[in-house]
Amino acid sequence: MTLDLFIHQVFSGLASGGIYASVALALVMIYQATHHVNFAQGELAMFSTYIAWSLMQAGMPYWAAFFLTVAIAFVLGVVIERVIVRPVENAPILSVVIVFIGLLVIVNSLAGWIFSYTIKPFPSPFPAEPLFGNRYVSSHELGSMAITLVVLSILFVFFRFTPLGLAMRAAAQNPESSRLVGIRVGWMLALGWGLAGAIGAIAGVMVAPTVFLEPNMMSGILLYAFAAALVGGIDSPGGAVLGGFIVGVLENVVGAVLGTELKLTVALVLIVGVLVVRPSGLFGKVHVTRV
Amino acid sequence: MAALLEVRDLHAQYGPTQVLHGLSFAVEAGGITTILGANGAGKTTTLRAVCGMVKRQGEVTLAGTRIDKLATESIVRLGVAHVPDGRGTFAALSVEENLRLGAYTRRDKVEVAADTERMYAYFPRLKERCKQQAGLLSGGEQQMLAVSRALMLRPKLLLLDEPSFGLAPLVVQELFEIFKEINRRDRVSLLLVEQNAALALKVADRAYLLETGRVVISGPAEDIRNDESVRRSYLGY
Amino acid sequence: MKPPSSLRSLPPEGAVRQQPGEAGSVAGSSVRKIGALALLIALACVLPFVVSNYRVFQFTLVLVYAIALLGLNMLTGYNGQISLGHGAFYAIGAYTAAILMDKFGVPYWLTLPIAGVVCAVVGFLFGLPALRLEGLYLSLATFALGVALPQILKYKGIEHWTGGAQGIVITKPEAPEWSGLSQDQWLYFVALAVMLLMFWLGWNLLRGRIGRAMVAIRDQPTAARAMGVDSAMVKSMTFGVSAMYTGVAGALGAIAIQFVAPDSFTIFLSISLVVGIVIGGLASISGAIWGALFIQFIPNVADEISKAAPWAIYGLFLIGFMYVMPTGVAGFIRIALARWRRRRVP
Repeated sequence: MTLDLFIHQVFSGLASGGIYASVALALVMIYQATHHVNFAQGELAMFSTYIAWSLMQAGMPYWAAFFLTVAIAFVLGVVIERVIVRPVENAPILSVVIVFIGLLVIVNSLAGWIFSYTIKPFPSPFPAEPLFGNRYVSSHELGSMAITLVVLSILFVFFRFTPLGLAMRAAAQNPESSRLVGIRVGWMLALGWGLAGAIGAIAGVMVAPTVFLEPNMMSGILLYAFAAALVGGIDSPGGAVLGGFIVGVLENVVGAVLGTELKLTVALVLIVGVLVVRPSGLFGKVHVTRV
Repeated sequence: MAALLEVRDLHAQYGPTQVLHGLSFAVEAGGITTILGANGAGKTTTLRAVCGMVKRQGEVTLAGTRIDKLATESIVRLGVAHVPDGRGTFAALSVEENLRLGAYTRRDKVEVAADTERMYAYFPRLKERCKQQAGLLSGGEQQMLAVSRALMLRPKLLLLDEPSFGLAPLVVQELFEIFKEINRRDRVSLLLVEQNAALALKVADRAYLLETGRVVISGPAEDIRNDESVRRSYLGY
Repeated sequence: MKPPSSLRSLPPEGAVRQQPGEAGSVAGSSVRKIGALALLIALACVLPFVVSNYRVFQFTLVLVYAIALLGLNMLTGYNGQISLGHGAFYAIGAYTAAILMDKFGVPYWLTLPIAGVVCAVVGFLFGLPALRLEGLYLSLATFALGVALPQILKYKGIEHWTGGAQGIVITKPEAPEWSGLSQDQWLYFVALAVMLLMFWLGWNLLRGRIGRAMVAIRDQPTAARAMGVDSAMVKSMTFGVSAMYTGVAGALGAIAIQFVAPDSFTIFLSISLVVGIVIGGLASISGAIWGALFIQFIPNVADEISKAAPWAIYGLFLIGFMYVMPTGVAGFIRIALARWRRRRVP
């Protein structure tokens, strides 16, 4: 493979990596807040994107629709946590996983039923001409990466330096002790879901222009996002973003070398390899407990 | 003196198992009450029942307000801090973050900073380790952290579940001196559950002796301490 | 009030002796249990004669899934290792049987133990590096396995063994003359016999020392190691045994369906297996049957209810089941029975 082709693949990989990173961020977000991995995250992001699409179809300008969608997705996340997840809060973890799978299937089905399965184009807020006329990455891809990084920074600051962020982390790790310091654990969980919903919506809106809007647009992405979140370390938002870029580049380079059939397999095998060497992911905190 | 905490006819269950069978006791404002008894007598359950962490029935009144139907978070916000057995530290967070969480419900930032310094003054080892993961602390240090976290709430009532458990005698002495001081200086009322009866009776005003979920003996701590037959048969010394 | 547990639900069936003082003597309750079991087996034997051939085929698949689910349950329910990729072992078992029958003319009943051995080895080998992974990370690794296998099966390099994307067609075994049964009925009884054998073996395994070691590792890994349990060996072995069960099920399933192709063994199969053990009841032998009934029939029921969005209905079933019985059908029955027994004792 020539150097030029390689560079092309790397940039392409960074572009798709940005997408994986943003979805991975939503996954880590919910994990930090609830200690659950929400498998329905991709579908909820997809559904939010359809909401944005509907708003724009109704005549709303792009950025107005964007921010309104993010707000709606936040509320939707909170509502889903309070109504659907709360009844199984104390159930065994696998039972909660089944509920998430159920949610995934329902949302996917509903989207197909309400909006039909025809593929729809989705606009991008960024100009069509690439920045500085470069050959490697489009403005949309650059813009998406930038937005992902901005969201990440906001989240980082929120979790590390604000009392609410600390309370959310505490509530996920140790609900009982959290109650003993007066934290309303139930609402912390709901807030986590709301935030994840909002981030997912942003991810979906950034992804749709590239892969086109259809009910199954997130399934492939979710797998890579999940892998990215774990490679980075499930409790590290920065790790999730970095993991996303790593996975994106890996997928593209492997795909160019080995062809698209096996690229999923090889990428996953490599990821698992990383995990065997560093079981908590690259940046995951190794939780040492004294016996 | 008026009672800060009044408990009447408290029942509590874990699932189908009844653990407390109609307890009644009180903690006076500014006083130290201790609950004694053997393993399994229901001491820990009593504290949990007061805090709403277990299914309970009965009357629990804090400074005139009924708290027996409230959720744990709400009871805490009324000024009740609980240092549970097992300490309940946020193991994955730093010492500093644990203390910040203790003050989560407070709005007075300046005072919170002052209180943090006070905790570090009481427990210098915590200051040394303030950025470390709390789960890496030794048993004694975790107990100090747990107590500090509870005190960061500036509680009116402090519930302590076997604070001496698993600690070296010198550390225990240190700890109990600090309990006496915060009771005296800051007028924090204490409800102390202890297996180490001798120690508890030295600091307490009132004592209640529990046996399989019922109060069998109660009275001023001094009387119980001086009553040899009670000490021999119930407290083992 | 204990904090919510992770994978633990109720004490596992068969791995804990009965508590003294429970209503009825231990001996009396065993007699009742054997009686109930005999009745169920009798009903199962009558079934193929009273329903259509197609239903017999569906129930054969229920038996097949039950074997697979017991395998997965051993790993996840009893030993606490989550696998989102067990469809891969099912596929390996299925393809082993298909290749043996198609290319080497091996009789169908012989393919079952061979498939079992192959999968046991693969499972054990997979279990070794997987030892280092816990919870979420293990689920990703197994998920990767589940996603990778169909792609590997389509790989052009081994196409002349696997039949590539087209797969392999298998001839349905004939029922022997003396039985007078139809092909479907014969296969049903073969599956029933295999299932009963494997369930009996599994019950013995789980009840014994190894079963207790598995549960100990799940609940208190540090204490288990401190007590001398060779955690690594038990965990890898459990992976192997679990893969073996699922592989045998895959082989049996392939024979029943008469066809294997990569697209029959997608990640959706792996997810269905997980759905099956949770709905059926973790750490429960009877749960495997409940779960098998669910994953075989509920998708059809959902389709009946709504042609437009059948998966939405399926999803509602999943959520509904978890609300009403978070510990699965078997767990629900156990709780109900315990409450009923408590009322009878004064």
